[in-house]
Order: sequence, then C-alpha cells, then structure tokens
Amino acid sequence: MNALSGSRGLARLPRTLGVALAVGALAFAIFGPLSNLLLWSFAEQWYFPQKLPGQWGFKWWERVFRPTGDAMESLWTSVTIALVTVGTCLALAIPAGYALARRPMRWRALVMLAFLLPQAFPNLPVYINVAQVFYSLGLNGTMAGVVLVHTLHGLVLAVWITSAAFGAVDRDLELAARNLGASPLRVFMTVSLPLAAPGVLASAIFVFLESLDEFTGSFFVGAPDLTTLPLLLFNASAGGNYQIASITALILLVPSVLFMLVVERFLRADVLARVGT
Amino acid sequence: MALLTPALATVLALFIYPMLRSVAGAFAEGDRGDAYAHFGKAIELYSGDMVFTLLIVSGSTLAIGALALTIAGYLTLGNTPWAVAALRWLYRWPLFIPFVVAAQCMRTFLAKNGILNNTLDTVGLIDVANASGLLDWRGIVIAFVWKQAPFAALLVAGAMASLDRSMIDAARNLGASRFRILYDILLPQVRPTLVVALVLSFVTMMSVLSVPLMISGHSPTMLTVDMAFRINSYGDYGTANALGVISYLFTAVAAWAYLRHGIREGSAR
Repeated sequence: MNALSGSRGLARLPRTLGVALAVGALAFAIFGPLSNLLLWSFAEQWYFPQKLPGQWGFKWWERVFRPTGDAMESLWTSVTIALVTVGTCLALAIPAGYALARRPMRWRALVMLAFLLPQAFPNLPVYINVAQVFYSLGLNGTMAGVVLVHTLHGLVLAVWITSAAFGAVDRDLELAARNLGASPLRVFMTVSLPLAAPGVLASAIFVFLESLDEFTGSFFVGAPDLTTLPLLLFNASAGGNYQIASITALILLVPSVLFMLVVERFLRADVLARVGT
Repeated sequence: MALLTPALATVLALFIYPMLRSVAGAFAEGDRGDAYAHFGKAIELYSGDMVFTLLIVSGSTLAIGALALTIAGYLTLGNTPWAVAALRWLYRWPLFIPFVVAAQCMRTFLAKNGILNNTLDTVGLIDVANASGLLDWRGIVIAFVWKQAPFAALLVAGAMASLDRSMIDAARNLGASRFRILYDILLPQVRPTLVVALVLSFVTMMSVLSVPLMISGHSPTMLTVDMAFRINSYGDYGTANALGVISYLFTAVAAWAYLRHGIREGSAR
C-alpha cells in the first residue's frame, strides 16, 4: 500500500514540478515589474551594465517626503480632489441609483443609454473638448474643473453600484415602515439607506480610487497648473528621474493594493459581475 | 425622474455634449473649405498609426480574453489545491493599479537593461549585452495585458463560480478532459460576461494615453498620443477631433454590442 502510493507520488513529480514552475513564472510576471519600483526608489546610482543599483539609500525618499517637496503638495492636491469628487459623486449617484432600482419610469432604456455611453466610447477626445469648453469658462487648471471631470469618470460606476445595493434591499421592510406612518423620506433615511450602506461605501471607495488614479482627464484639464500624483509621476518619468517616478508610483500603489485585498468583503462576485454590465 | 435629473444632467453636460462637439469639430470647415479637410489631414498624417492602434488594441484584447479564460478555467477546474490557491492570490494584484503606474513599472522592467533581461541573463537564457529592450509595440501590449487580464479574469471567474457544478461533474464522470469542459460547457455559459469584460477593456485601451506615451511615444505610436500631440504642440483641434471620431468608429461595433447587452440586462432587472 505504502509502496504503491509512493510510486504514484513519484510518477506525479514531473507534473508537480511543471505546475510549480508555471506558478513561479506567473509570480515573476506579476511581482517582477512591481519590484522594479522598489529597486529604483532606493537606487542612488545605477549605471549600465550593473544588474542591481551600485549605491543604495534613502536620499530620494527623504527628498520626496520633505514637507515642502513637490510630492507632498501633489499628494494633498490629489487627496482633496478625490474627497470632493466622492462627495459630489455620491450626492448625484444615491438618488439616481435609488430611482433606477425602485421607481417605475418611462424612457428607461434611454436613461440607461445615457449612463452606459461614457463606458462605451473612448473618453480622450471627449476630454479634449471638455478642456476647450472649460478654458472659455475659466475652469481649466482649477480644482473645480478637475473635480467635475473626475465626477463624470466615477459617476457611471457609482450609479450602478448604488443601484445594485438598493435593488438588494428587501422591499417589504420599506412597505412596513410606510404602513406604520413614516414619510417616504424617513423610510429612505432610516431603512433603505442604512441597509444599502455597504454598497454605498463600496462605491465611495471606488470613486476615491478612480479619482486618485485618473490621468487623461487631469492631463488635459488640470495640467500644467494643477499637478496631481499621476501627473507628477508622468513628469518625473518624462524628465528621466526614475527615482521620483518610482516613489510616486509606490504611493499610488498602496490604496490600489489595499482595495484589491478587501474588495470581496464589500462586493460579492455576483454584484461585481453586474458592475459595468 | 426628479431624483435622476442631476446625474443625467451631469452626463449630458460633461460627456454627451462634448462628444457631439468633437464630432462637429471634426467636420468643421478647414482652410481648404471642405467638410472633410480634417479627415484628409488625419488620414494623410496618421493612417499608419491608425493601423498600429487597431492591431495593438485588437491583439491585446485577444490575449486578455485567452488569459482570462485560462485563469478563470483553472480556478474552476484545477486539480491541485495549492496551485489554485496560489493563482487566486496572485492574479489579482494588478487589478486596481493605475495605468500610469503600470507604464512606469514596464518602462524600467522591459528596458534593455531592465530586470527582465537581467534575470534572463542570470538564468543563462540570453546575453544582456546583445539583447534589445521591449519598449515598442510589444511593451504597450504587455502593459495592457498585465493590467486588464486580471479584471477580465475576475469577472469571468465570478460568472463561472455562480454556475451549477452538476453539469461539470457529469461531464467529468463521462471522461471529458478539462479543456473540453472549459470550451464546451463553461465558455458558452460565461460568454456574455466575457464579451462585456473584453468590450470594456477594448474601449479603455483605445483611450489610454499614459501607456503609449511612456513606453513608446515615438512613431509609430497610438492615436491617443497623436491627439495629445496635435493639441499640445499645434492647438490643432480639427485634426485631433477627426482622429477622435475615427477612434469612436473603431469602437462602434464593440460599443453597440455593449449598449444592447446593458440595456437588455437593465430592463430585465
């Protein structure tokens, strides 16, 4: 019996090795490009043909995190824009998501079409024209201008996520509250909204992340007056300063990875599969 | 309807109006006085980049689809529990990483003296002194696939997880190979999800500026870089808008499939 399972295990060895090799290659494909950022951020000297930096140190980290440095200013710009964008987006998306989930409406297909369009066509040519209009309105290079562009960017997903969240709230609970004499607004505030809170929170995090990461719209509407973190990364990289670019990239990486790790706690796979469909 | 109005007005003012404006700008009369002047100039200068863009984005979409199916299929049908667990943990890392960060990663990873070549050199597969970098169309494709395949895989794996497993078990008992189960049983049932994931990826890639700009901004390059160049260097909105309309046309088929699916789903809800 033992000999039999032993020889079977031996026969499986090449297969196991093959699987291990494939998993190793995948790990390299995913973490290779990321580890690059770490190496560059600590590299004080790295000349061809050295395989690893010739001199390591915290020089660039210290420069980036100096309170008066460009990066700290960009970080605050980005975080402020992202927070205002979340507020604006939720103020628009919560009523819209509730209406889409609950109210019967005429022209439903047309309404849906409007909310789906921004996902169905490339938005770079649209941003070019937004920037031209904003320029004549004096909104180019202002926080308000960038917030508006980011709001549109996040709005579509926010509407879908909140609508799915309200759709999952048991309708009988709302009806029961109505029967006990609560006003529609009170039912919404004390029953529907608290029950849909996890979905609303998820869409808030999503919008925050989208705004923090957004490049194209900020490039046309914000630059060169406003420098968000992605624009700072781009400028540093275009200027050949890979250390600053890598450190900025690592700062942007932190919220992305955190959200990736917890995303399934907020959104079940079936809700996630409905997002953007 | 009153609840919807603010959100609808936002989409109307910040997307639909500027989109119509870009179409109007593309057909506006140029210096030659005809409505197609901007298109003429766009085609004359950038027809090579149009083909380049279409090939890169289509090729990346196919690769994303194949990878997503492979990953989701192995997560559903894999026989080696530790490998399934490792894959589930690994594949999602690039999911929410912004394109601009992915571009910076690849810019140094794929360079002539980047980690990829250095690692292959250390293993003994290539000689880095004679090797070349991958910072051309290949770098753009790699960055796109690296970033978008996890997204498609997540959606497809979610769809596969919600399927009834009895059919898979029945096929397995009848001796069907895993490849056949993936192709004949799983794929037809998750096809709508896969199509949506690929359409969204296609449209996204048509609109990304940072990746081509940072990995391979010189000619031939992608239409997004050309549009930014027309604006920033010449203030030439006519040609930029004509290129924009051409990129709408490239996505039209995909957009139509996506909108039809979305409206049907939404009405059934």
